[in-house]
Amino acid sequence: MQRLTNTAELKVLRDNLLQAQDPHRPIVRVCRGPGCLAVGADKVSQAFQSAIQSQNLEVKVQPLVKDTGCHGFCSQGPLVNLAPANLCYVRVKPEDVEEIVQTTLVKGAVVERLLYSDNGTRYKSAADIPFYRMQQKIILQNIGVIDPLDIHDAIMAGAYHSLAKALIEMSPDDVIRTVEISGLRGRGGGGFPTGYKWKRTVENAQENPGPVYIIANGEEGDPGAFMDRAIMEGDPHAVIEGMAIGAYAMGVNQGFLYVRHEYPIAIRHLAAAIAQARALGLLGKNILGAGFDFDLQINRGAGAYVCGEETAIIASLEGRVGEPVTRPPYPSQQGLWGRPTVINNVETWANVPHIIDHGAQWYADLGAPRSTGTKIFSLVGKVKNTGLVEVPMGISLGALVEEIGGGVPGQGRFKAVQTGGPSGGIIPYELKEEFTDYHFHPPDVKPADKMELSVDFDSMAQTGSIMGGGGMIVMDDHDCVVDLARYFLRFLEEESCGKCLPCRLGLKGMLEFLNNFSQGKGAPADIDALESLGKALVDGSLCGLGRTAPNPVLTSIRYFRDEYLAHIVDHHCPAGVCRDLITYRIDPEICNGCTLCAQTCPQVCITGANQQLHTIDQDACIRCGACMDVCPVDAVVVD
Amino acid sequence: MSSSENPQNQVISFTIDGQPVQARPGWTILETARHYRIHIPTLCFHPALKPWGSCRLCVVEARYGKRGKVMPSCLNPPIEELEVFTDSERVLNVRRWVLEMLLAGCPASREIKKLAAAYGVTSTRFAVTDPEEECLRCGRCVAVCNEVVGVQALTFGSRGVKKVLETPYRVPNNACIGCGCCVSVCPTGALQKRLDTVRGDLSRRTGHGYAH
Repeated sequence: MQRLTNTAELKVLRDNLLQAQDPHRPIVRVCRGPGCLAVGADKVSQAFQSAIQSQNLEVKVQPLVKDTGCHGFCSQGPLVNLAPANLCYVRVKPEDVEEIVQTTLVKGAVVERLLYSDNGTRYKSAADIPFYRMQQKIILQNIGVIDPLDIHDAIMAGAYHSLAKALIEMSPDDVIRTVEISGLRGRGGGGFPTGYKWKRTVENAQENPGPVYIIANGEEGDPGAFMDRAIMEGDPHAVIEGMAIGAYAMGVNQGFLYVRHEYPIAIRHLAAAIAQARALGLLGKNILGAGFDFDLQINRGAGAYVCGEETAIIASLEGRVGEPVTRPPYPSQQGLWGRPTVINNVETWANVPHIIDHGAQWYADLGAPRSTGTKIFSLVGKVKNTGLVEVPMGISLGALVEEIGGGVPGQGRFKAVQTGGPSGGIIPYELKEEFTDYHFHPPDVKPADKMELSVDFDSMAQTGSIMGGGGMIVMDDHDCVVDLARYFLRFLEEESCGKCLPCRLGLKGMLEFLNNFSQGKGAPADIDALESLGKALVDGSLCGLGRTAPNPVLTSIRYFRDEYLAHIVDHHCPAGVCRDLITYRIDPEICNGCTLCAQTCPQVCITGANQQLHTIDQDACIRCGACMDVCPVDAVVVD
Repeated sequence: MSSSENPQNQVISFTIDGQPVQARPGWTILETARHYRIHIPTLCFHPALKPWGSCRLCVVEARYGKRGKVMPSCLNPPIEELEVFTDSERVLNVRRWVLEMLLAGCPASREIKKLAAAYGVTSTRFAVTDPEEECLRCGRCVAVCNEVVGVQALTFGSRGVKKVLETPYRVPNNACIGCGCCVSVCPTGALQKRLDTVRGDLSRRTGHGYAH
């Protein structure tokens, strides 16, 4: 690769690449996101490669097969998009590939059975599918389109164009002012204004001259969240470009990408992208001839959730144990090696090139007034369309779950949404309460009814939950809030660093309460005790992990106290989840004696002859629910 | 929160429990309170060590304008016109819960029982895992060994609820010079029992630097 020595050469390179591209050349984009890989996307991709290389392919132009990042529609994977025909095939198996090649690539026809269909309608292109139609893709626009391992592909899609613009047209102060006016807030969950953070860091560096560092936080550890992973895997150049622009604005020469070790593909793609960017002179000394030096280094996290906390990242990067320290001093005052440091989430950095490219006002007009721009969510749980979605902030929670998500599948009734992962809360479907609790934000905005709740930083905080990184778990009436709160507490108890007492002992203590509740033990007064303990953690803990850890418990008590009482007083789990409080039985009216349940039961405690009524031995039953899952006539009921 | 705007000779005026107090630049809220003999309980704080902020008993509620925040007094410097409350409802809530959990965490410690009783906490709802346990992992011993003695013969191992005090890499340690500083700073006396596991093979010990 020829090193680019000025911004004009970048433009020439892009123009040449675009010209050399044949617009009629068929492109097969195979999604290699985590969801599709899990259901065999790599075999689909290999099948395409070998089918296309076979000798007797009668096409004028050799098609191109691209392994791309996440397409987003994870519940329908493996996904394959075909350009220029603009077709979206879902649930593609390696066996289907030959048919796609022969029908679509050779003859130009459509394989109807592989199209996405919903309520009898078949959708040809992705843009028509309701799941995609409601979205506004800005950060995700290149993810699933470009080949993340090829910088030329990214440059054709516009990568590094904003960096060139910042370097020649804007002063560092202009860049900071642009980001400030855009209203961009930290996407990691805290929602701190990014431009203000940058400005403070520069001011601190002026008072105390010396190096400044920037860090991208790619330690995304929330269960069920994969936004940052998709960005790093699918469009690593967006993060690199965002960081380079930030580095230019703040006079930084060294940046760090702190990525969790559990994301090997993200690390591989980032490393390749950095190497290619260096070869093109987009990183390193004298970038694009502008006299600005900046380089990046990847550091892998060693599997600690708490290392997503900014002071813990710094400790980890310095080679110390990944434990948070008290702020102040904030990293913008004394961060890495005692120097002013900016830590932004991967998604925040990926927003920066778009702001520079389109201007601050364009970005400020997107989304809600105090939460500008778009946000990526990973929509999971009891929802028909699971996957990665990008929506403008301020969209109603109902629209997100019901229209993009397609509502709750099957017979279930929509109960609540858990946002923000272990630090977030459970927001009920019916949200009517006034918010006056001093532990939550002051009630300057009236909460909206039901799921009209606007998805933005401030409205989410009003409910006692948080926006968080973007995890969104939809619950229906077969999900127990006590069990969900217990799940998150168990996770956090494992992940607490153990430095401060409220977090180390408090999470264990809260879990003791919840374990009792899920077994039907305890007194109603214990719910108040648990609430009070939760507030002690909010006030007393050292870092964000402990301060937000009680949120799932506090919000579930607040909105679902009845369900807690049902466990304690009636010894009954209304959702039928908590094992110590439920029994499985077989309805004699429905059972057809197929013996499937008896064959499946791991305890071998179901008896009954073929074509005869089956019964469960309650003493031996471990309430695993395997019989319920296999019963073809739904004769197994839970009480 | 930075006190850098204040010239060295200026003092910071604020109130603790309604009493006007003045802090010298660089003092924390706790140091100011101690200067005025206002009681704030602590376990992990030690005047010879950098504040670590792990026990959270020294929390106070600091109000500035409309905003109220509970924060550890050992780590936070005061600012002008700050109103500090050492025993507000929120502060006592944190303290009582921490003490109740400590009764279960360090059931053998007399010091903790005494401290808890002073706050009306005499029994615990939580499960006791080890009735002999006295160590609360406050970190004083680790800090004194590292900061004052300078040998790092002690460290914390594992994470979260499994966090334990141990020697680096869990091997008996010849870096220990047997000075006993860790025992003397321990707030509960837990280290007395552990000293032998820390100081390793006495016959091979030749002093600071030997094991490096």
